[in-house]
Amino acid sequence: MLRASELFYRYSSRHDTSRVFSLDNVSVDVERGSLMGLLGPNGCGKTTLLRLLSGVLPAHRGAVALNDVPLRGQSRRQIAKQIAVVPQETHPAFDYTVLEMVLMGRHPHLGVLELEGPADLALAREALVATSTEHLASRAYMTLSGGEKQRVVIASALTQTPEVLLLDEPTASLDLGYQLEVATLLTRLNRDRGVTMVLATHDLNLAAALCDRLVLMRDGRVLAQGPTRDVLTAPMIQRLYDVDADVRFHAAAGHVTVTPLRRIQ
Amino acid sequence: MSRLESVTTSKGPMGMDLAQAMPRSIRARLATTLTGFGLVAIATCLLAPLVGSAPISLARVFDRSIPFAENVDAQIFFVARMPRVFAGALTGAALAAAGVVFQALLRNALATPFTLGVSAGASLGAMLAIVFGATVTLGPLSAVPLASLAGAAIAAGIVYRLATMQDRAMSTTVLLLAGVTLNSFFSALILFVQYIADFAQVYRATRWIMGDLDVGSFQPIVAALPMTGVAFVLFALLPSSLNLLSVGADAAAARGVDVARAQRLAFISASLATAAAVSLAGPIGFIGIVVPHLVRLIVGVDHRIVLPASALFGAAFLVACDLAARTLLAPLEIPVGVVTAMLGGPFFLWLLVRRG
Repeated sequence: MLRASELFYRYSSRHDTSRVFSLDNVSVDVERGSLMGLLGPNGCGKTTLLRLLSGVLPAHRGAVALNDVPLRGQSRRQIAKQIAVVPQETHPAFDYTVLEMVLMGRHPHLGVLELEGPADLALAREALVATSTEHLASRAYMTLSGGEKQRVVIASALTQTPEVLLLDEPTASLDLGYQLEVATLLTRLNRDRGVTMVLATHDLNLAAALCDRLVLMRDGRVLAQGPTRDVLTAPMIQRLYDVDADVRFHAAAGHVTVTPLRRIQ
Repeated sequence: MSRLESVTTSKGPMGMDLAQAMPRSIRARLATTLTGFGLVAIATCLLAPLVGSAPISLARVFDRSIPFAENVDAQIFFVARMPRVFAGALTGAALAAAGVVFQALLRNALATPFTLGVSAGASLGAMLAIVFGATVTLGPLSAVPLASLAGAAIAAGIVYRLATMQDRAMSTTVLLLAGVTLNSFFSALILFVQYIADFAQVYRATRWIMGDLDVGSFQPIVAALPMTGVAFVLFALLPSSLNLLSVGADAAAARGVDVARAQRLAFISASLATAAAVSLAGPIGFIGIVVPHLVRLIVGVDHRIVLPASALFGAAFLVACDLAARTLLAPLEIPVGVVTAMLGGPFFLWLLVRRG
């Protein structure tokens, strides 16, 4: 289980002396094998929480622990063996091939001077097959479409062989077709492989379709958390986004759908 | 064992691209590349001392029956040409490798070892030592290289301090902006020093800035070796981190790279190599951008291959440029920095157009 306990975090700069926390007393439990959604308006602290959960940012107060072992005190390599991150977009400065990008996921498992061997290649191949990108292996990453890129980045994260996958708006810049593609992939990885996932998103319908639990955040605090069907309600969406929404079960989709109606001033 | 590892390997169809991409493992590619570029470097370094405006006989060079003082061929080979070849190889390898590291650190394929002001600092130091006739020495280091190292260290220190003021990890934007600004600032100071200096001093300083591998003996090379050696040991620890840093700081951290430490190592090692190379041969331009890009065109962009291959090819490239510099208009000698600029300038522009 990935557990965040009473996290506080404040971005500091010389020009911003405010005492306002970006994250204020946030506690979240992510059960093993679950797919948890993080929802909230822009600037509510979703990305900050993901960065704290991945250990990239150290919390000012509070702790993050995976299977009861605190991340603080573990090396970056140790953490990366257990937790992988899929950002919204990835822009390498050089023209790496898809296979090279995917193999970078093996970094935490290799020594400083160690090169990947057949076992690492097999894992990369498995991740490419799992994300249906094996036919792209020798293509340059930068020549791929948005959906292909995102699948390759997910393959790279899978090659890390993590227990937990943290995804920051992985479908934000994708068209409808690619959104469905990535959503199907995530469901499959969670269901078939049991990878625990935390998914930050603005897409309420994606969250409704994929996530078994949701955490709603506003102004750096947790507004509500619980099973998706209990939390994703019209009153809660109003509190979260100041938006009136129509929330109803969609029989064909098999989950609730959210239609925003109007902004409340 | 993690979950993905515990899953039986997928039996899904293996696409053609995957089949083509998989068998050439990094180990095989690295071995092939290092052998190829190593042979090129060795061949260039062996050939270069044999060629020049004065023809020499290899048999006479190694003829022990002729005393060294009377053996002109041996003197040309061992005193005039060999140190020059070694200096070229060391400088070329250091600048090319530093170019690779700076490009990955700054996530900018057009960065060079001179982008961050280290070279301008070194040039100012050398200029001051020449103009004020400094005579200070430190071990095998004479006044000009010593002053250029001091200038490089001051420039690197300022840029590093500015880039790490806000955070433990470096801001590559601040690094780049501070470097470019410092370059301009030091260049202005160099002009000022030239303005107040006399003609002889200005001529000597200008010749130094053009870059020159005619070091005259092995002593300056030996003096530059420890710094270059340390830089190359640090380089050896970097390549896989450079791959990830060039994807992005957060991506690197999420894949297990200690970003602040890797950035610090990259900056220090590349600055050391640049400072050592510039103190030895002056600021020879374009090696640090031409060589890494040529190497990438041949072997791809993986830093575990690009970094050692660039060092080897950089050595061969600068030795070959110096050979051209001393033979093309013989007996007149072209400054090697002019030759590299003649090749590098158009190449740089071609690169810009190609990227555009």
